[in-house]
Amino acid sequence: MSTPARSSDATETRLPGNLQANRRLSQWLRITPEGVVSLSPGKVELGQGIITALGQIAAEELDVDFARIRVIPVNTGTSPNEGVTSGSLSIQDSGTAVRHACAEARAIYLAEAAAELGVPVETLRVDDGRITAPNGRHTSYWALAEDALLDREATGSVAPKRPADYKIVGRPVPRLDLPDKILGRPRFIHDLVLPHMLHGRVVRPASRGARLVALDDAIVRAMPGVVAVVRDGSFLGVLAEREEVAVKAAQALAQRATWDERDTLPAGDALAQWLRSAPRETNVVEEHAFDVRPACTYSATYSRPFTAHAAIGLSCALAQWRGTESVAIWTHSQGVYNLRTDLAKVLGLAADGVAVTHVEGAGCYGHNPADDAALDAALLARAALGRPVRLQWTREDELAWAPYGPAMIVDLSAGLDASGNIVRWTLENYSNGHTLRPGRGSTPALLAAWHLERPFEPPVAMNPPLPGGGTERNAVPLYDFPRRIVCHRVTDMPLRTSALRALGAFANVFAIESFMDELALAAGVDPVEYRLRHLKDERGRAVIEAAARRMGWSARQKAEGRGFGIAFAKYKNLGAYCAVVAEVEAEREIRVRRLTIAADVGLAVNPDGVANQMEGGAVQAASWTLKEAVKFDRRRVTSTSWEEYPILRFSEVPAVDVEILNRPEERAVGAGEAAQGPVAGAIANAVFDALGVRVRDLPITPERIVAAMG
Amino acid sequence: MAERFKLTVNGAAADIEADGNAPLVYVLRNDLGLKGARFGCGEDQCGACHVLLDGHAVPACDTPLWAAAGKHVVTVEGLGTRGRPHRLQQAFLEEQAGQCGFCLSGILIAAAALLERTPSPTEADVRSALERHLCRCGAQNRTIRAVLRAAKESA
Ligand code: FES
Ligand code: FES
Repeated sequence: MSTPARSSDATETRLPGNLQANRRLSQWLRITPEGVVSLSPGKVELGQGIITALGQIAAEELDVDFARIRVIPVNTGTSPNEGVTSGSLSIQDSGTAVRHACAEARAIYLAEAAAELGVPVETLRVDDGRITAPNGRHTSYWALAEDALLDREATGSVAPKRPADYKIVGRPVPRLDLPDKILGRPRFIHDLVLPHMLHGRVVRPASRGARLVALDDAIVRAMPGVVAVVRDGSFLGVLAEREEVAVKAAQALAQRATWDERDTLPAGDALAQWLRSAPRETNVVEEHAFDVRPACTYSATYSRPFTAHAAIGLSCALAQWRGTESVAIWTHSQGVYNLRTDLAKVLGLAADGVAVTHVEGAGCYGHNPADDAALDAALLARAALGRPVRLQWTREDELAWAPYGPAMIVDLSAGLDASGNIVRWTLENYSNGHTLRPGRGSTPALLAAWHLERPFEPPVAMNPPLPGGGTERNAVPLYDFPRRIVCHRVTDMPLRTSALRALGAFANVFAIESFMDELALAAGVDPVEYRLRHLKDERGRAVIEAAARRMGWSARQKAEGRGFGIAFAKYKNLGAYCAVVAEVEAEREIRVRRLTIAADVGLAVNPDGVANQMEGGAVQAASWTLKEAVKFDRRRVTSTSWEEYPILRFSEVPAVDVEILNRPEERAVGAGEAAQGPVAGAIANAVFDALGVRVRDLPITPERIVAAMG
Repeated sequence: MAERFKLTVNGAAADIEADGNAPLVYVLRNDLGLKGARFGCGEDQCGACHVLLDGHAVPACDTPLWAAAGKHVVTVEGLGTRGRPHRLQQAFLEEQAGQCGFCLSGILIAAAALLERTPSPTEADVRSALERHLCRCGAQNRTIRAVLRAAKESA
């Protein structure tokens, strides 16, 4: 048994992973006479390869060929409720459930086979679903396939395979979703077509606090192909037969709308003052006694700006009403059940009046406007008289109205003893909350809900509880020294914030790892050596040493305008270990030439998938570090196109070299967010190494470097 | 106002009745059901919608239907199929190039145009040919490797 039962009563058995909350085996998988295993996880594909990894786990436990696995789209009708797909938890929670459910399904089918073949169950062998007895008689899952067999609660009493016996897990299996995407086949939500579908567009308020006071829509209503103009308070949109007509009509509507506007945003150049002075809630995360008197002390403040998700695809949803009591939604939301809760609230429906089905979207790096788009579609579709509506956001709205990763400031101070070792450490940071996902608050967390004639109060972003935390995430360094860690969640929220990949870990690790280098310099010690001096954790030391070795740290060549920097973190202090060495060239601007990464994710279910995720995360983090900041005036966000919100381009993308330290006996943890903070720290440290200039405010632009020189 | 336009799409004749100013991307996606050209900005700023127009990679979001009339349009679907993938598509599969894949159609089109012009590109050639294409997932390195692999395999 992998998990000890709490009591002998089956209904109280604590089941592994998300089996605990979704206990029936039939919720997770079906075996069909046609030779297919339909796997039905509650986690969704976000471009991170999760369905492939879960498919590998299922194939492994069942002893079937990977090609037999079909993954069913997540929906509120039949899928297990696995909450939100986020926080790198899918492999942990869903993977564990799939592993145990499939192991148990295998045992059930083997028991059937043993009875049919008249041999003891231990003597049976399974090979790609074919079950063979020692005497050569055989049957198969497919011959025995019967839904009733799995229509029962899991018992948690069947041990899954030992990692040493894995044949499919731990192999680089090709991603299930990639062929469609490479062949240009319909696969994304944007590609979904329903019969008699209309196209919808929303006209967002002219600025953050704007209210719609007048609308002259006669011309728009008269445009050929326009089916309806929809207005509910300050929520405004249009429906048309053709997409280009919807786009034009929305532009025309925007010109004919009059808004009452006011200043609601802090001054962009005074973000730090605003964060320090706004109302807040304080969380003392750790407080050690400071026993040793330092010989000298240092302090510094670091920051990162509001940061956009900026996926390449736009948010999109489809909705279709049946009468006035039920609506069907197609969405790329990360959590169909949570979305249903908030949709039901806004639309005044019972939860079972809202049926939500997941369809893949473009890359998802946290809480993006997918959920907002679902409400937009539902509101517009009310005017469609039963016809389905496809609603898509615009690039401008995507950059202006999506939730942002919150701006943060991090104050650090430390005391060193006479030999340069850290004897006390203080971190104090400030940011808005890092999560404002649907389905969790007393009022809906969906954008349009706040603009209706009878508006809902916009909720304020929270932080996920510790140990993960939001503002707190990775605020506690993994190093061994006495410390005091205090995190402030700012509760005044002029710009909507929510989860963006790595949450507070990005700014915290950037700050901690920059400061570690500043202290190493003060102590006159090599940065790698300085980190190892303060770190007992063996797996942590191993990734630092591996990254340094792989990049050739001790033999590195100093050259004019070239620099190297290292940084390290264990994501959430309970996930993947990751160390990064950055190599930069500083000319007119900073070019990151190479990122060398060593990571330990425990068991790597799909090593190529892990490397792909790590590479992707690292490039995105380099983009955040060098380029990105949401810009705004006192009323509105002004960085609303790719020109005003630039991200890293092909010519600027560093080479990324990833080494996965294989730990098949350790728990599998997610890889997608572990590199974010270390990449920022490593680049900042490399910039210092190249130029002797310490940039403490992200992004590290040429202007910032000049300012830091002065 | 709606008019009739004739063009060739992936080798087949297409006869479209629509406003001549309608962006080609909507015509391809909605009238012809070819979802390969993705829509990311509508402003010629991201590259997701690129198609070949008489052999040149162009943004279909910024190409009016009238400008494609009488011309040959190739979308990513026209490069290859599941049974007979284009050598670029094959190489992208082999490199597992892509995370979410939303940027890939446009990138494949730009890469196909590059290989037509420059059958043996350097890495710098590939980077500059793809410079107009944004990838938010950070899959650029695999993408570059895949294009170079396709070039090498056909050399
Ligand atoms: S959608 Fe055409 S370039 Fe972005
Ligand atoms: S793979 Fe997601 S945008 Fe390129």
